Amino acid sequence: MKRALPILAVLVVLLAAIAVANPYFLEPAGFLAFLKRAAPLVILAAGQYFVIVSGEFDLSVGSLVTAEVVIAARLIDGEESATWPVIALLIVIGLLVGLVNGVVTTKLRVPSFIVTLGMLLILSGAVFLWTGGAPRGALSEGFRTFGRGGLGPIPWSVLILLAVGAAAIWLMRADFGKTLMATGDNERAAALSGVRVDRAKIFAFMLSGLAAAVAGILLGGFAGVSAQVGQGLEFSAITAVVLGGVVLGGGRGSVLAAMAGAFTLEALFTLLNLYGISGALEFTVQGVIIIAAVAAGAIRLPWKFTPRKGDAHAAS
Amino acid sequence: MNTLSRIRRPARRSEAQGGLAARLREPTQVVFLALLGLVAVGWVLVALDGGQFLTMESVVGIQQRSAALGIVAIGQTLAILAGSLDLSVAYLISLTSLVAAEIMAGQDGNILPAVAAVLAISALVGLVNGLVITRLQVHAFIATLGTALIIKGIVDHLYDGPAGKVPESFQLLGYSRIGPIPISALLWAGVAVVAWFLLSRTRLGYRIYAVGGNEEVARLSGIRTGRVIVLTHVLCSLCAGIAGLLLASRLGAGAPTVGTDGGYDLESIAAVVLGGTALAGGKGGVAGTVGGVLLLAVLDTIFNQLEVNSFVKDVVRGVVIVIAVAVYARRGMRRSA
Repeated sequence: MKRALPILAVLVVLLAAIAVANPYFLEPAGFLAFLKRAAPLVILAAGQYFVIVSGEFDLSVGSLVTAEVVIAARLIDGEESATWPVIALLIVIGLLVGLVNGVVTTKLRVPSFIVTLGMLLILSGAVFLWTGGAPRGALSEGFRTFGRGGLGPIPWSVLILLAVGAAAIWLMRADFGKTLMATGDNERAAALSGVRVDRAKIFAFMLSGLAAAVAGILLGGFAGVSAQVGQGLEFSAITAVVLGGVVLGGGRGSVLAAMAGAFTLEALFTLLNLYGISGALEFTVQGVIIIAAVAAGAIRLPWKFTPRKGDAHAAS
Repeated sequence: MNTLSRIRRPARRSEAQGGLAARLREPTQVVFLALLGLVAVGWVLVALDGGQFLTMESVVGIQQRSAALGIVAIGQTLAILAGSLDLSVAYLISLTSLVAAEIMAGQDGNILPAVAAVLAISALVGLVNGLVITRLQVHAFIATLGTALIIKGIVDHLYDGPAGKVPESFQLLGYSRIGPIPISALLWAGVAVVAWFLLSRTRLGYRIYAVGGNEEVARLSGIRTGRVIVLTHVLCSLCAGIAGLLLASRLGAGAPTVGTDGGYDLESIAAVVLGGTALAGGKGGVAGTVGGVLLLAVLDTIFNQLEVNSFVKDVVRGVVIVIAVAVYARRGMRRSA
């Protein structure tokens, strides 16, 4: 919790700024709409957190999200009864992609940067190959409910987000979390003290794949079917995690802070929109702020006498 | 290759005595062996398909196709050897292609100022990348991703489509050739030779390997590690700028998506790693990168001649990259065992 404080402070300031510019934001409906929009990225960030804290990268989540949405549209093809079987299949695909990423990274000793980059190429190529360039088919109403509909006034995606967040925090408090943290901090030491390092990492990649599947289901309903739906999400997720103060290279940072980082990123987009800096320049501002935020985090470290990790550059 | 064997000899003396067989285990040699193998496989496949693989046309095509990626990848090699990496090259290429074409505006007299402006902008971007990484202690991944977003925003804000005009004389850079060798290939070779010389024959080269091998040890032995990292980023960005010039000359104009469409960021990193350079830094070299880029280009040419669907290419390329790196990792394990 203590680690999450700086990013939570930034988030509160941003939310206050949004509320000043747009009072509707303070009403439940306005705030819930924000949460709904943020949900996919926050879920992806939680998944990415597990991978990053174990000392690896997952660059494949963006194209995995696209793949999930495109597959769902083509398999469901407007057929209501196909909704649940397809959702089950999407989750299996997410877990499977994570499993492959994890096994190749740990057993074949390929840097995860390259493994997941390869997976990115494979997934995007395969999806386009299968659809012949443009996504086909349509999602069913039942499928879209998760991204659009709600239980009374509360959107489903917010409920799912709460469940995912609770599960992620619980996982990090459980034995698995401690194992994962030890793995990311010093793999060799962890292995020598009896941690099954490979298993922990594979599980982390599977969680990331699962998160991408859930995010894909939400985005499919919310944003619709397109071949661009997941574009750049891998970088946004990694950025969110790092904004939350999680150290690339592993072993440091909390999952709550990572999710707060994703909220902060989304709040930033909202704020930029409100002030009319939408469109292309949004990227420029985003770039400046990411660098500034991470730099500020790094500069504060010596103050608090926190030991810095030795070689932050060898992130692979 | 020289650098490699010289720097790593103490640790691997037993292998160095093993003669030819041992020398073949150097990553750089492996990638060229793989390249030969791929050419052979391609030749057979294309022959079975009823075509001819190594025609003059396809050889020129391979050289031209690989030149831009090759130049970027050589810059990327320097950054990666120093233990860093650069994700901003793709957007920088788009930006520099636009700057070049806009300043040239179709006039021969404007070529020199345009080239100078491109190199200055590239060096500046590299300087910013390097300073953010070393002074502000931002991880290279985030720092260069941030720079990439900044440039993307500027480019997207100012341009919707191709802009500017490259004069005929400058287009020669992209299209003309001396005998069977395209000028662009010579440019690539030139950049490669300069980088090879830098790495194997100069003090800076040794320092790059030292910093990438172990930054802390390098610092304690008196190397100004920050300065070395900044310099590799400046050189890396300069290479991206040169690639931008080359692409502008080929397109005849600047294009806001030319860098990202080519996937030069991730693909250049993939080519470097394919060439046996360790992603963590300190091991590898330019020769391997040249092999890696050629490998990707030959793969592309085979697919083109077999008229394979372009999306299959992506799939196969992904598989090849992962398998290749897995092979290196396996050899690494055997060595340490």
